[in-house]
Amino acid sequence: MRADELAARTREFLSAYDPATDFLRARFDAGLAWVHYPRGLGGLDLPRALQPVVDEVLAAAGAPDNDPLRITVGLGMAAPTILRHGTDEQRRRWLRPLWTGEELWCQLFSEPGAGSDLASLTTRAVRHGDDWLVSGQKVWTSTAHEARWAILLARTDPAAPKHDGLTFFACDMTAPGVDVRPLRQLTGEAEFNEVFLDEVRIPDADRIGGIGQGWQVARTTLMNERVAIGGAPVPREHGMIGIVARAWRERPSVRTAGARDELMRLWVAAEAARLSARRLGEQLAAGQPGAEGSAVKYAFALLNQEISGFGLELLGEEGLRYDDWTMRRPPAVDWALRTPGYRYLRARANSIEGGTSEILCNIIAERVLGLPREVTG
Amino acid sequence: MTALLYTETEEDLRATVRKVLTGRSPWQAVLARIDGGEPYDAGLWHTLAAEIGCAGLPVPAGRGGAGAGWREAAVVAEELGRSVAPVPYLGCAQAVAALLACDDTELLRRLSDGDLVATLAVPLSTPLGAAPPAGALSPTVRADGDTLTGTVTSVLDALPADVLIVPAGGSLWQVAAADARITAVTSLDQTRPLADISFDAAPAVRLATGAPAGRAWTAARTAGAVLLAAEQLGIADRCLETTVAYVKQRHQFGRPIGSFQAVKHRLAQLWVQITQARAVARHAAGCLTTGDPDTPVAAHLAQAHCADVAVRAAQDCVQLHGGIGFTWEHPAHLYLKRAKSDAIAFGTPARHRDALAALLHLPGPG
Repeated sequence: MRADELAARTREFLSAYDPATDFLRARFDAGLAWVHYPRGLGGLDLPRALQPVVDEVLAAAGAPDNDPLRITVGLGMAAPTILRHGTDEQRRRWLRPLWTGEELWCQLFSEPGAGSDLASLTTRAVRHGDDWLVSGQKVWTSTAHEARWAILLARTDPAAPKHDGLTFFACDMTAPGVDVRPLRQLTGEAEFNEVFLDEVRIPDADRIGGIGQGWQVARTTLMNERVAIGGAPVPREHGMIGIVARAWRERPSVRTAGARDELMRLWVAAEAARLSARRLGEQLAAGQPGAEGSAVKYAFALLNQEISGFGLELLGEEGLRYDDWTMRRPPAVDWALRTPGYRYLRARANSIEGGTSEILCNIIAERVLGLPREVTG
Repeated sequence: MTALLYTETEEDLRATVRKVLTGRSPWQAVLARIDGGEPYDAGLWHTLAAEIGCAGLPVPAGRGGAGAGWREAAVVAEELGRSVAPVPYLGCAQAVAALLACDDTELLRRLSDGDLVATLAVPLSTPLGAAPPAGALSPTVRADGDTLTGTVTSVLDALPADVLIVPAGGSLWQVAAADARITAVTSLDQTRPLADISFDAAPAVRLATGAPAGRAWTAARTAGAVLLAAEQLGIADRCLETTVAYVKQRHQFGRPIGSFQAVKHRLAQLWVQITQARAVARHAAGCLTTGDPDTPVAAHLAQAHCADVAVRAAQDCVQLHGGIGFTWEHPAHLYLKRAKSDAIAFGTPARHRDALAALLHLPGPG
């Protein structure tokens, strides 16, 4: 037997007897998956702040984890939505394989004609007996090509005002009529997809929340997305600023007086943003929900862009080179392992994905500061 | 790791202080005091220091204080920033921090009681971290035996001071204000008038010398910078609040100007910066309270960030009020002058960034 055949055989064996999955299922059933979730759904009804206690003990023992980076859409968006708006039956059916990573989730919200103005989306869901037939085009769907399920927002009543005509579904991505195509981005690869839906049949049992309640349900999802993007506590000089500071320390040749004040300006901004994210974490742990999630997301987008641009210039000749323009399907984004050019280019999306910076400013101005709404259609 | 939220006790203290300041020192009263040539409000300071105990918050009960800490002291500084109240809080707080590091207790006790006002005789613009502890702390004042001779310019809270804490010749000295000549200067920040001080063989009592003097000096300067950051947070917060209220009610083109995105986004971005300022100011106050090894970084960071946020908030306050914001009758200028003056106090943001670079081993060229 050749080495590659042996490897294939081993992989086949692993997929049938994955020790990690058995462990993760057991962890979920023991209520140690996410302790702030209800008993029976992977939790123990405890404060969210206690989760690190579990994580630390398990990490110290070398226990396998559920690769949270791979399943962020499920953990950060689908799960809170299912928990809040799903039926008991839906929670029991979806949350466990979502958390263990056996069933990947993606999000079918944005459309070519509905970005920031999400509520104007035109994907239609038409009732046929116990089912809905869904047709339309979705875009910017990360992990759609691997996902088993999608959270889907579709229009069920075109006659109603735009926010009132939407309904929220879980869509089986293996159903006939779902066509996933890679969407190549300016970094050269395809993290995202376009998803074409052609008369996709969704049972009414997979509707999440009431008919016409889709916008309210989606707001839960989007609030959680912003928290997920900025929330976890990290050490000083974590992320982009750490990469640049390391380069500065290791390479005396890059240092100029002007660049140093710029470096320090960015260092101060990054540390202030880090501490404010930590404060947000403390607020959430203390059960004080706030709009600070939007502030943290806004600040990190701006910072990542500024720091990555600075970092690229700092390296001079090296900054002129790129690692790989091949059209590929990258695994979960690991910024640190890529070139400065990739970091600079990928950071452009930070102020677009998960709510543009302009929309976040509107949200802060209207919901936090109570300023009047723009005139909207 | 310091907790960055406010405790219930801190919120109670805030409510008490705010009630006094809104009742006794609304901006109209501050402006009237400035116009009357008597900015400092001794009665208000008596209430804050002697009755509420604000001056002695960080002083242990055994040494005559309230036995609270610098976190609580920072909450008071936030409120004083919000009201730009002309009281000698920052001067007294630096004196308290210096005395906590010295053996003296009598002066500390009287300061905590609100009996006396004291300040550190050093130019307000002196950068945090400046002056080697064991060297000539103040090159402009010389010690001869137990007397001091020389001048110190642009000193904070010297006008209402009873006692001056003076660095000179490698020691820290205590001098009665009555034994010095204190001259008011025309200050950019009228709510906090500065003064020039000259000593002519003024009798002085040595508080500490050598390394202990250096420690007391550093403690005073660090505490001052951390409280100043809290004050800057308060200034920014109040400017945002005032501006938001104004753009909701001011109509142009048939709509509140606060409905225009150019205005909304500017204020939203300011709010983001203020949430960050709150986090860094809290972190610095927490570090100071527990004596955390991160205190020097936290103090410079707080100054580098909060100074700019306060200035921006005050500038935006003037801008978004339009014409009325440029008038003497509107309080915006009080905040603008305080914010800009505060950005120079204890060193500019650029100097703090320089100091941080050294602490973080991020060297310059060459």
